[in-house]
Amino acid sequence: MPDGRPLLRVEHLRKVYASGRGEVEAIGDISFTMDPGELLCVVGPSGCGKTTLLKCLAGLLRPTSGLVEMEGSPVTGPSPAMAVVFQEYGRSLYPWLTVRGNVELPLRHKKLSRAERGRLVDDALDAVGLLQSARSHPWQLSGGMQQRVAIARAVAYQPDVLIMDEPFAAVDAQTRADLEDLVRELHLTRGISTVFVTHDIDESVYLGQRVLVLSNSPTRVQEDLAIDLPPERDQLTTRALPRFTELRTRVYEQIQRAKRGPVPSSVDARPVRPGPQARDRTDGH
Amino acid sequence: MTAVGTGRARPRDLGVQVAENVLFAVGLPVLAVGLWAVWSTRSTNRFLVGPRTLLDAFRQTWIGPAFADDVLPSVYRLLIGLFTSILLGVAAGVVIGRFRPLREILEPLLEFFRAIPPPVLIPVAMLLLGITDTMKVVVIVSGAIWPILLNTIEGVRATDSVMLETAYSFRISRWDRLWRLILPAASPRIMTGVRQALSVALILMVISEMFASSAGLGYRIAYFQRNYLIAEMWSGILLLGLIGVVLAVVFGVVERRVLRWYHGMKEVTRA
Amino acid sequence: MRKILLGAAGLLGFLVVWQLIPTLGLVDPHYLPYATDVFGRLAEEVRDLAFWRRVRLTMTSWAIGLTVATLAAVALGTVIGMVPFLRRATHTTVEFLRPVPSVALIPLAVLMFGLQMRAALVIIVYAAFWQVFVQVIYGVADVDTVARDTARSFGLTRAERLRYLVLPTALPYLMTGLRLGAAVALILAVTAEMVIGNPGLGRMIELSRSAGDAVGLYGLVVVTGMLGLLVNVVFRFVERRSLAWHQSVLADEATR
Repeated sequence: MPDGRPLLRVEHLRKVYASGRGEVEAIGDISFTMDPGELLCVVGPSGCGKTTLLKCLAGLLRPTSGLVEMEGSPVTGPSPAMAVVFQEYGRSLYPWLTVRGNVELPLRHKKLSRAERGRLVDDALDAVGLLQSARSHPWQLSGGMQQRVAIARAVAYQPDVLIMDEPFAAVDAQTRADLEDLVRELHLTRGISTVFVTHDIDESVYLGQRVLVLSNSPTRVQEDLAIDLPPERDQLTTRALPRFTELRTRVYEQIQRAKRGPVPSSVDARPVRPGPQARDRTDGH
Repeated sequence: MTAVGTGRARPRDLGVQVAENVLFAVGLPVLAVGLWAVWSTRSTNRFLVGPRTLLDAFRQTWIGPAFADDVLPSVYRLLIGLFTSILLGVAAGVVIGRFRPLREILEPLLEFFRAIPPPVLIPVAMLLLGITDTMKVVVIVSGAIWPILLNTIEGVRATDSVMLETAYSFRISRWDRLWRLILPAASPRIMTGVRQALSVALILMVISEMFASSAGLGYRIAYFQRNYLIAEMWSGILLLGLIGVVLAVVFGVVERRVLRWYHGMKEVTRA
Repeated sequence: MRKILLGAAGLLGFLVVWQLIPTLGLVDPHYLPYATDVFGRLAEEVRDLAFWRRVRLTMTSWAIGLTVATLAAVALGTVIGMVPFLRRATHTTVEFLRPVPSVALIPLAVLMFGLQMRAALVIIVYAAFWQVFVQVIYGVADVDTVARDTARSFGLTRAERLRYLVLPTALPYLMTGLRLGAAVALILAVTAEMVIGNPGLGRMIELSRSAGDAVGLYGLVVVTGMLGLLVNVVFRFVERRSLAWHQSVLADEATR
């Protein structure tokens, strides 16, 4: 904490979608801050507006009310200080470009020399272990490798914050473990501040320094939990630690409570579901 | 097992395979021309000619000054018309496809224009522009542009939302967004449109010359027919066919290049 | 609702611009008549039996041509599509004949059949045939190999395989071919009438032009556009119905 000022500050964020059948409240009221260099996991029951939150952070959606502040200035649109890794790697990489072309594309408008750009791309591809696949097209790679390309693209962009939206929801378990370790490693070696959105409790505890548990509609921060596991983690020993089990049980309980929803009067004019929240879940197939 | 077999094909097997392919490719055409030749020696139908006569007529009619006078100008107008259609169609298609209110305003109108059988525009163009080269090019454009325009609109409109969000979140410039996202994403549909435009343009080239011209391929063929120059008429039909085939082959090559990623991707997902 | 309103506004805007161009003297009304005149004439025409007779003639040659082309394409396409040997042997021939512009055959058709509907039918059938034929070949070739092997292992006869396997797979393709073929057939029905001179809307267009009757000419262009629109809408509806059925089946398979 160099000067004690938060990197990211979210205050009373609220997002309401106008849908055909009235208004749908995707986010009720969320406030939190994040320090530079932190790896923050956001976890919540499915359909609780995680993707909406992330899009508000990334400046892709305008909040209905409230504030998102990045290094002291409000976020009003996509910012060069942020890079997003989407869940649907197949739809976020461009199939007509090579792996290298995909990683390089966002750098084109940055004022960099050709050599500098090439160096950044090589470095990022090396970091995710895909240097030898640079000339392939994304669709020639496996799902896990495609998501690595998306991560490399975000890393090469040199953001202050990396925002990841359930990035590993669509890959198999083994690949997922590898990718989790990749995120840990990037965070440790490069100190990239990361917001990692997931619905997977184990994943949030394994990855995060801090876990933010969201409640279901109206979405609020249910709990803000520090993960006091050692920074050096690996899939076998860390997950076997008693403390790990305690933490995941704690998060699990909170989520169960969040699912039941808060007791107070929140049965207002909110339609059952078929709004954008439902879309959160169907997007990924 | 078959994969291993072809992978380790010995030279002789390869030779056999090539021979087989060639046989399949030319077998039926050779057979057909042979039958045609035999049949033409016995037939008394005066409107049909044998392959030998046709070939002679072809050489005498088209190889020589007629090539520069009749064929080249026709092909030139065809190509100008096609390129203009592609340029205008794609440019307008991108604008209309990206801008939803505009799309909604123009949709029924464009559907109507597309539905007009293009050759009926020839009399209209003659009325407005007189019998000129410009008129013929305008006729080709006014018929060929619709499939390109409508397919481009559809392709641009259907650009994947996640791909667009990716572009926004990485603040990819307008220019890059156009050339590296919207146009490539729409390119399969654009190529479909161009393929349809190809045959429309060829039809319009011929018809506009049959109607309103004193030169050009379409005029020549109609002239031969009116004067009962049967072999020459057939040679003209053959030449038109050849132009159609060459156009289709060139388009096929371009399409495979432009859409290599698309075909590759489809193959991967099918496997 | 908003879409319909905007679309109507677009049409209205087009008509206003059309009306304004001759009014402001940008183009001589002899060459581009007032929209009001053209639609006024159309209103008279639709009360005239001769007009409807012409429409009937054009649509008759369209319907006969499309039917003949479709029957031939389905028969040939199914046979060739199902037998790999034939598919390979005919490939180059098809690829050579398909791009030949059908209008190139107009002089030949005129020589053989004179200035009659039969000459027009040659052109229509040739053009529409390829559209349907190519789609049928695709459709028949698209039959799932696993499904085909399954059918064979259960000892289905050739006729049964055709009925229960090939036909359902190829149907949506056939419908696409039919839509494309219908549009092309209409284009050539009108074109043939213009060039050959067999009676129908196309010939009336040519007569209006040579008589310098711009109002009548533009009116007929509008009429052919309406016919084209009608054909498109009807066949797209049919295609969508068959496609919807097909995709729902596919979706069921995908979710298992």
